[in-house]
Order: sequence, then structure tokens, then C-alpha cells
Amino acid sequence: MALTREEVRGVATLARLDLKDNETDRLTHHLNDLLAQFARLQELNTEDVPPTAHAVPVAAALREDVARPSLPREAVMANGPQVDRELGGFIVPQVIGE
Amino acid sequence: MELYTLSARELADKIQAREVSAREVTDAFLACIERVDSDVRAFVTVTAQQARAAADAVDARLAAKEEVSSLAGVPIALKDNLCTTGVETTCSSKILRGFVPPYNATVVEKLSAAGAVSLGKATMDEFAMGSSTENSGLFTTRNPWDLTKVPGGSSGGSAAAVAAGEAPFALGSDTGGSIRQPAAFCGLVGVKPTYGRVSRYGLVAFASSLDQIGPLARTVEDAALLLSVIAGHDPGDSTSVPRSVPDYRAALTGDIKGLRVGIPKEYFAEGIATDVREAVTRAISVLEGLGASVGETSLPYTEYALPAYYIVAPAEASSNLARYDGVRYGHRTRNAQGHIDLFEKTRDEGFGDEVKQRIMIGTYALSAGYYDAFYLKAQQVRTLIKQDFDRCWENFDALITPTAPSAAFGIGEKTDDPLAMKLSDICTIPANMAGIPALSQCCGFTESGLPIGVQLMGPPFSEETLLRLAHAYEQATDWHTRRPSLDKK
Amino acid sequence: MPLYETHVGMECHAELLTESKMFCGCRNEFGGEPNTRTCPVCLGLPGSLPVFNKKAIEHVVRTALALNCTISLHSVFHRKNYFYPDLPKGYQISQYGNTPIGVNGWLEIEKPDGTTKKIHITRVHLEEDTGKLIHSDGAGYSVVDYNRSSVPLMEIVTAFPPDIESAEEARLYAETLRSILIYLGVSDGKMEQGSLRAEPNPSVRPVGSDTFGTKTELKNLNSFRSVQRGIEYEAQRQIEVIESGGRVTQETRGWDDEKGISFSQRSKEVEQEYRYFPEPDLIPLEFDPEWLESLRAELPELPNAKKRRLMEQYGLPATDAAQLVLERETADYFEQAARGVKDTKAVANWMLGDLARLANASGLAIHAAPIPPAALAEMVGLIESGAMTGKIAKTVIEEMFATGKSAPQVVQEKGLTVSGADEVAGIVAKVVAANPDVVAKIKAGNDKSIGFLVGQVMKESKGRAKPDDVNRLLREEMDKL
Repeated sequence: MALTREEVRGVATLARLDLKDNETDRLTHHLNDLLAQFARLQELNTEDVPPTAHAVPVAAALREDVARPSLPREAVMANGPQVDRELGGFIVPQVIGE
Repeated sequence: MELYTLSARELADKIQAREVSAREVTDAFLACIERVDSDVRAFVTVTAQQARAAADAVDARLAAKEEVSSLAGVPIALKDNLCTTGVETTCSSKILRGFVPPYNATVVEKLSAAGAVSLGKATMDEFAMGSSTENSGLFTTRNPWDLTKVPGGSSGGSAAAVAAGEAPFALGSDTGGSIRQPAAFCGLVGVKPTYGRVSRYGLVAFASSLDQIGPLARTVEDAALLLSVIAGHDPGDSTSVPRSVPDYRAALTGDIKGLRVGIPKEYFAEGIATDVREAVTRAISVLEGLGASVGETSLPYTEYALPAYYIVAPAEASSNLARYDGVRYGHRTRNAQGHIDLFEKTRDEGFGDEVKQRIMIGTYALSAGYYDAFYLKAQQVRTLIKQDFDRCWENFDALITPTAPSAAFGIGEKTDDPLAMKLSDICTIPANMAGIPALSQCCGFTESGLPIGVQLMGPPFSEETLLRLAHAYEQATDWHTRRPSLDKK
Repeated sequence: MPLYETHVGMECHAELLTESKMFCGCRNEFGGEPNTRTCPVCLGLPGSLPVFNKKAIEHVVRTALALNCTISLHSVFHRKNYFYPDLPKGYQISQYGNTPIGVNGWLEIEKPDGTTKKIHITRVHLEEDTGKLIHSDGAGYSVVDYNRSSVPLMEIVTAFPPDIESAEEARLYAETLRSILIYLGVSDGKMEQGSLRAEPNPSVRPVGSDTFGTKTELKNLNSFRSVQRGIEYEAQRQIEVIESGGRVTQETRGWDDEKGISFSQRSKEVEQEYRYFPEPDLIPLEFDPEWLESLRAELPELPNAKKRRLMEQYGLPATDAAQLVLERETADYFEQAARGVKDTKAVANWMLGDLARLANASGLAIHAAPIPPAALAEMVGLIESGAMTGKIAKTVIEEMFATGKSAPQVVQEKGLTVSGADEVAGIVAKVVAANPDVVAKIKAGNDKSIGFLVGQVMKESKGRAKPDDVNRLLREEMDKL
């Protein structure tokens, strides 16, 4: 099952990558190489094999519902590439219709 | 004797005995960095000022006869995917340039509590994706044993720094071999602990179900010392295991009589360089000579680990790296029309080729219609790989294999062949898939003088056994005493 | 034109009442200065990791139990991957597939005609809320506030095929659900603040058709009224689309409450493809059946059960009982006030009548009125014992509400003691004498006219006469004639 350039573009859109044409070509090629590798997995019959999400068994950690101090707003905003300090928020292009 | 040639344990002893001040030690390493890092290029950021201040604080405590912790005044290098308060943390990616975390990773907190002095942040393959540091979005690190060779990766900066004497030991992270393979390439001891043994809180995630932080050191004892400090349960990491931490140094008894060491034949198949195969075979004989019982075994699903890994890791990575969108931190494109455009351009500009490739394959593997064929299948294969190992533990306490198919390769040698590059991790990936601990140490040198690594793997939480075996081997050999001859160049 | 029928699926989200957020220790609160309740976890800073809030899980388990769900003993969390500026990690931690905390439950709604209907629920799951976009007028951009990011959010989804067959049923479903959530103490139920959100999916089809029509999803409904109006409007719109030969598009539509119309919200994403996979940073929850049973045993009495009990125990009519159980505290108030009172119906009447009116005018809930339940009981007791008339009580309760004084105190101070029989007899004689023609009518057999005389006597006595006295004395007086 080889991926077409168009399919690769579709995946890039999902991944929010604005690929240039030469990147699309390169990635199409590379992804198809990898897919060929993956094909080997289909040889395996895994019908009754449970999936392993966590290799080492451990019980779910639960936290008591206790509020802790948050970060000072200055520290929160300090890394923001574009912030509005008056509004105290991170700037994003206008989102309409919401 | 130059201070920077001493082991971390020796430094700790001398500082606590007040034979030398923490400040002198830190200055010695900073001087070494000054001298060799323009060649080695192991550091993204050197925090000289903070390091001197931390060393002075240790000296002040010692002067006041206050109690100090195990690593008081001992310098360390941190892989640049560990968050450090007030110190830029880049993951060697353009997209994180300028990101200064407002918090410390749990391991960084633990090191600080133990009195260790951070020298700075070490280079890596971008977001830990790679095996040579050539995928760094900033610059490539060179192998101190031969500057034309790669130091391995992704913790290449950490490994190179230790091998070059720029730090007595370092922290790396290992998702598919990223501690062990550079340890092998740089002639060091590198430990990937059991999944859940060390908190991942503050480790910038690559593949959450595989990532572990671990030590890189010149001696097994130093690795044990460092592991004792960083291991342990963290309520901030739901996947960390609530289990007490042994004193790993106490396990280094030198006595390995009766330990059963398995040799899985799949790890000695074609593709493993002759010099590597021979060095590992000799190491097996040494262990046997020390009283370990050695036998052949088989892990039949080994060949499926690599393709399964290249589904699981990119799938998780594609999700983990979705947060880099130019809104809260890091790089942001200058010319965006709308938020979709902001995300697409920011990410296109900020991520390097390898990262994009993995995001793409991971995104594809998780897509509707492919989830079962890829991600679910890969998770099922993980079960098979784990079962393979579980069967081995019935008869063996540890397994021994090469760490990497070859010694360090040349810079640029494999950059055009991504699949060949990925094969470099073929021996290390299964341990991550199974969550088991694994260790690499030096077991010889190639004709051209490059280190060769041998890998030990064991059942979950068998770090003590692995360290004991490695320590006994180290005592019986002198590979760990060799140093690259950077200074002469 | 064929007859159409409407079906409505309901997706409801409730922010949970916890001290801290779902996966971090930041305070869970509404409002406040932007980005003042954030930390590395809820900002999605690199390296941060989530840890479950135990209380939030308990809230969802209790809700699932109250909604008659089966609890998934092994419950997995997933990442829902999509990009949006208010989503700091690029994914939302949610629950996908067949192991949400609660599955296959139901709740019962009661329709105005008194009949009940089971509405089946397919899942109750736990997820995290997103941040919020603030639109800055004139600046040409929006800003993101992450205070709400990672607030625990419970999602409750009705089963397919939908049981809800009208806009009214949808509203009743939402109201019933809200009161259950409030009873459980898991949500404040504030739709206007968005802490409870209802997203109906209405579809229409010609009666007799066996396939469902295309549904649309309605958003921005911030009151029960808008839930009903929105669905009514949307069903009508869909019928018109079909009747004019068009096809209903599956889409998300916003509701404009002022204009009373729904409008197409531009599709947010190029294509929605959430790439769900199990959240590797969290371990699936394993529930101990014993713990579940202990939670079940501790569940409070829920509105429907309470309503049935109030009707039986206190002889209340269904409409009164239904109103009393809307809020748990109101029902509690009633039961406290009804203690030791014979005429419990009167207690309900006073609560839902005068007290509700007074409380409402001051913007208070009944149970928060400055008349404690015992004081209301005392007032009703005075009426029962004949020490006060109902008419006077209307004045008394206003005074009690305004001053916080007890009924006997008010009666005392205002001189509102009941007129004695002697005094009433005098008034009766006067009224009978003054209205000979009415008396004649009554004598001629027109019993209804006696009401006029009663009214006159009450007026003369300024309401202090007991109706029993008045009736008896009027008959006696007229018999004398």
C-alpha cells in the first residue's frame, strides 16, 4: 500500500505541517520505505494478543483534590512569543465565528 | 593529576574531605569545556555563572561544617531535553529556541538536592530523534575519540562531554537506545533504567511509553551513584513506580558467581560488525571466567521490534509534539494568516527534517482506518517481545548482546540513508519496547581506536544485577581507564 | 406535506465541582484575571505530566451510578488530537471507545401530563476542558486564557437511537439531568456561565420512515429555554430544507438567542480526524467493586425518588412535589418545615406561593430566605390552631421576611390577634342587617350569595376573623330571621 503525494499532503495537513514541494516528495518516498518495513508486522498473527501500552505494571496514580499555588502570571507569559500584557493573554490570529 | 580526569565518586570524596573545594572542581571542568568544546561541541548552553554559584554554596556549607549530600559539588552535564528553571531548554530544536522553563524536571530537583552542580545543557538529536546528533537543529557534536566520527545519539552531547572530560558524568534519555548507543560510541557506561524507575516529569517527551532518563558515566560506580540519586517514585509522574530505591553502589560486590547470563542468538546475526562481535564474545568469556554461567538463548520476535518501534515512537511523538504551535513558547512564524496558517508555518520553520518525518509517520499510523493495522498491531507486537524476554528470565538473570552493530560511524556517512541510521538502534530498541533495564559499557576498541559497547539487559528492576555484572567486568578489564587524546590535538 | 417527527440526541458537558483541576493543582474556579490559574501542566509546557484528581473521578463514578450506568471496571483514557489555539497540548485527554467510566444508563423524565419516560444514556466519561479565547475589540487579534484549561469536565451522552422525541423532552432531560448533578454535588449547573453545557443533535424524518434524518449539532445554548427553542427552530428549519428539495448538512450550528435563529458555524478544522490513542502518560483506572458499592450506598436520594416520597409521605400533589425537588436544599427546607405540622400541604403552598414570591423578588432561593424552616412551621401551626387566619398570615409572612421576626412576634406587635367570636358576632349582625336583599336571596335558596356576606365580614374584621366563625355565625344570624 503505497502512499501518494496527495495522501502525504493530507497527513501533513492533519499534522499542521506546511510542506514545501520538495519536502512532500522526500517524505512520500521516505514514508513508503517505512511502510514497506511495517508490512513485515502483518506477517504476525496477533489475533489473541493483548496490546501492551505500559510495559511495567503499575496502579493508576490518584492525587488528592487539593489546590496548590499557580505560576505567577509574569512567569506564564514570559515565554510567549506574542502576548498582550494588558489583557494578560497569548496573542493568536483573530478567531471568528466562535 | 588533573581534577577533570577523576571520577565523580573520587571528586565527591575529595570535596567532602575538603582536599579540594567544589569551586576548584567546577572551575577545572569549566576550563576543560573552554579548552575542548569548540572541537567537541557537546554543549548547547554552559551555565558557568550558576555552576560557580552552586559550587560556592557547597563550599560555604562545608566551611560551616554543615552536612552535605552525596553529590555535593560534583559537576554534571544535562541533556537539553531536561527542563531547568531559568535556563534555556531547546531539545536542540529551533522550535524551542528561547524557551526558558519556569520549572525544574524532577531529576534536576533531585540532583540539586544531592548537591550536584550543573555545568550546562548538552546537545542531542532534535527532540531525541536520531542516533548521531546529526539531527540536531542547532549543530552536530563530534566524537572525542575521533572528531570525524559521530558521538552517537540522541544523547550524543551528554556522552561526548563525559568522554572528553568536560563533565564527570551526565544525564541522558533513552527511548530506543539514546543513552546506550552513545555510551558505546564514546566508551562509557550508560544505563537505561526500568520504565517507571526514574521520573519523567520535566523530560521533554519524545515517546511517552518508552522514554527513560538515565546516567552516562566513565565508571560503573559513577553510574550507580547517579542512578541512586535520580531513581524513585514521583507523584508527579503517573507512570513512575512506587518502589524503594536500593543503594546501587552496594550492589557492586565484584561477586558474580552463579549469575546466569544468556546470549540471545538473534543479536549476533548478520549486520553486526566482526570487530564488535569479537569484542562482545571476549567479554562473555571474561564474565564466564569470573564465575557467571553462560548459555545461548533465543528471542524470536526480535526482528519485529524495530518496525513496531517505528510505529509506536512516532505515533506518540506526533501527539507529544503537537503542542509546539507558536502560541505559548518557542518559535513563532512572522507571517501568519489565521491560526491554521500560524500553526503550519511555525511548525514547518521550527522542526527539522527527521522530526517532520516522524510526525508524519506517526500521524498517519494513528489515522482512522490505520490505527488497528499500525498502532494496535505494534502494541500487540510489544506484548510478544515482552513475552520473549519473560521466557528468558526463567533461565537467565541477564542477557548479553552488542550495544550497536558497529563502532561510531563517520559524520555524514549515514545521513542520506535514514534506514541504515535506524538500524544502528536494532540492539537497543527491544529493551525500551519491553520496559526492561539495560546497560552499555565499553568492551574493547576497534583497530582504529574507537570504543565498542556491550549491552546487558535484565528483568524489570534488576538494575542491581546489571550493575554488579558490569562492575565485575570493569574490574577485570582496563578499557574504562583509557582516555581520548583530545588535548594533544 | 408529510408529517415529520423529531429525534434528539443530547451531549451534555458539566464542569465538575472540585478544588483543583483535573490533572494539576491549579484552583478550579470560574472567571478571574486571565492566565492567573495556570502551571506547567495545564499550560502544556514541554515535559509536564498529568496526574488524576481523585475527587473528579469520584464525581463521575457517582454520577454514572446515579444514572443507572454500568461502571467500566477497567477504564482507559485517550488523547483526542486536534489543533486549536485554546488547546495547549494539541490534544485533549478524554475517554474514547467502549471503556468510559459509565456505560448504558438511563434517567427518567416526567412530562407535564404526568407520564414518565426513560431516556437512555450511552456513556458518562471524564475529560479536561480547554482554555478560552478572548476576542479583543479593535485589536485585530484574539488572546488565549488558560485558566479553564484542564478543568475536569464530565460528558454525558444519550443513547442511539434517541429516546428524546421533542424539543420539550430535550429540555426536560436537561433539567432532570441538571437537578441530579446538583443533588450529587458534582456540578453547580450554571448554564449561563457555561459550567453546564447542553448540545442537542436534532434530526427530523417523515413519520413512518425507518431511517433517521441527518442531524445537526447545536451549540451556545445557555439556558433550558434556549435548548427548547433552539431545537424547535432547528427542527423546523430542517423540515423546510427537506420540503424545498434540499438536504440537511451534518454540521455544527450556533444558536443566536436574541434573534432566535441557528446559524452554520464555519467548520473549524479542515477535516476532523482525532487520531485517538490510549494516553501513555496515564495508567487506566481499575475500580474495586467494593468501593463502587460503598459509593452507591452513599448516594443521596435523587430528585425523582424524593418527589415520589414527598407525594406519598406528605400527600403533596405531583406539581408541588416536582417544584420542591428541583433543588435539594428546597426539598430539605420543606421537610424541616413540615416537621410537626399536620397540614403539610399548607407548608408546601406557603413555600411555593408567598415565600417563593418574596424570595424571588430579593433574588434568593427559597431555602436561603431569611425565614428558617422552623419559623415557617410555627406560622403554619398558628393557622392550624386557629390563632391566625390565612389572610393575616399573608401580611405576617411579609413582615417575617422583611424583619426576620417570628410569626407570634409579628402578630403580637401588629395587633393581628384573631377576633373573638363575640366581636365577629357583632360584625355579622351588622352585615346581615345592612344587606337584607342578599339575605333574602339566600333564604330563597341561593347559597352562593353567602360568599358575598362572608367577604363583607372579613373586610370589616380586617381579615382577623376566622372563616369557620364567620360561616357559623352568619348561619346562626340568618336563622334568627
